[in-house]
Amino acid sequence: MKHSHLIALKTAAWIACLYPFAYLVWGAFTNHLGIDQTATIAFTTGLATLRLLLITLAISPLRRLSPRLAWLIQFRRLFGLFAFFYGTLHLLTYVGLYANFDVHGMIVDIEKRRFITMGMAAWLLMVPLAATSTSWSIRKLGGRNWNRLHMLIYAAAVCGMIHYWWQVKTGVLTPLHMTIVLAALLLARPVMAWLKRRKERTVA
Amino acid sequence: MHIGKPPDIPSSEITPQSAYRQFMNRRRFLRNALATGAVALAADRVAQVIEPGRVALAGTKLQTVYSPLTTTGEQLTSYEDITHYNNFYEFGVEKDDPAKNAGALPTRPWTVKVEGKVAKPLAFSIDDLLKLRPLEDRVYRMRCVEAWSMVIPWVGYSFSELVKQCNPLPSAKYVQFLSYYDRHVEKWSDESTIYWPYSEGLRMDEAMNPLTLLTFGLYGETLPNQDGAPVRIVVPWKYGFKSAKSIVTIRFVEKQPPTTWNDMAPNEYGFYSNVNPNVDHPRWSQKRERRVGLPFYEQWRATLMFNGYGDQVASMYQGMNLHRYY
Repeated sequence: MKHSHLIALKTAAWIACLYPFAYLVWGAFTNHLGIDQTATIAFTTGLATLRLLLITLAISPLRRLSPRLAWLIQFRRLFGLFAFFYGTLHLLTYVGLYANFDVHGMIVDIEKRRFITMGMAAWLLMVPLAATSTSWSIRKLGGRNWNRLHMLIYAAAVCGMIHYWWQVKTGVLTPLHMTIVLAALLLARPVMAWLKRRKERTVA
Repeated sequence: MHIGKPPDIPSSEITPQSAYRQFMNRRRFLRNALATGAVALAADRVAQVIEPGRVALAGTKLQTVYSPLTTTGEQLTSYEDITHYNNFYEFGVEKDDPAKNAGALPTRPWTVKVEGKVAKPLAFSIDDLLKLRPLEDRVYRMRCVEAWSMVIPWVGYSFSELVKQCNPLPSAKYVQFLSYYDRHVEKWSDESTIYWPYSEGLRMDEAMNPLTLLTFGLYGETLPNQDGAPVRIVVPWKYGFKSAKSIVTIRFVEKQPPTTWNDMAPNEYGFYSNVNPNVDHPRWSQKRERRVGLPFYEQWRATLMFNGYGDQVASMYQGMNLHRYY
């Protein structure tokens, strides 16, 4: 891929990733955040987090499809960090609006309400990933350790999806589509490993 | 509670919030209003000619009288917000789905059957019901179990007025309300795993409380479909889901009837479901609520016991453990 194409694609990715945030900021200033503004903010940031986690998880299987897609890896950190960005905004929405900065109330919530516990866990699992996202960290940790650490994204995505299921009312199936995508992306890993092993065997 | 002389203004004369917002641009507002009026009149005429029996009554003005049971001192939620932020899962699970999809609901002709423990089963046409008693303007707070709230100027009369016409037997201890259900009309009803038709219920004394409103309209006009046309129940001291929409059957029963959300998740939605800031929903606190239609930094307020209607209803629950019977 030509450098200029890569720059253009990166710019496009940035714009796409910033779009939900820009929508919220614009809506806050122009009073266009829908009928229940708090809910709009919580839902937009939560959904963006999950979508970006899925996109991040899609990079590896996609680029294995063809050597010509190898450039995709250069976008993984961007999407992953934006997932953390929206996850953090989502958490701040909870802290500032739902919990009204009431620390005791939040402790009770996290202890008592499993959907909040699960959301909190998902965010905490993303923290070390965001913290070690620099090239320096990869060098420092060594590729192998870094890879191992970053497998936490699987746990974060699963916790995030359970958080979504536990938030909607019993019997509501809205998170189903995303769950199927996540399941496919997670299953793609052992399948890819198996295909790779088989290929190696045939070569040998 | 309002002290002193309440205002003698029917809700049909209160400026809707949306109109009020446009007040700064009065000329545009007037022009729009005139144009809308003209279009509406024309559309009404055309509809009368094409299909005289089925002219949708949604948006038809109702003649109303003042009620001392109306809630005062609250800013009304706008007509736009009341009609575009609905939970009506037969028409989709998203808040804006019912406004898009509920047009499919055939609200005329409409019959409400009364059955069960009554002297004899009855059937009321919607016109019978509209004429049974004078229609009152009743502003009520509406608190959803999801922790958002509205202030809605409903139109209707106390449900007890209808009960008096039905001669329930002494064995009738509860009333069950069943909503309209036709999966060919409500094609969105399989977006959830709810077992239809929607069912709700009240204890007899709750049903007879004068606040319990048999409701036909809002903002001085007939109900839009997404708000439960042509007739629904409104129980303002309970979470919103207790107020069944588009009612086709009223059944007097001896035992506590099965109710939809209680069946779906009994730990989350009790049969009583009185608004109670001291009993949390398992997944969130019920101490505060968000008034819709306001900016996010002004939305939140404390939730009131019995949604602020304790004076009229608390005595019904004397001695009852409201943590157990949530």
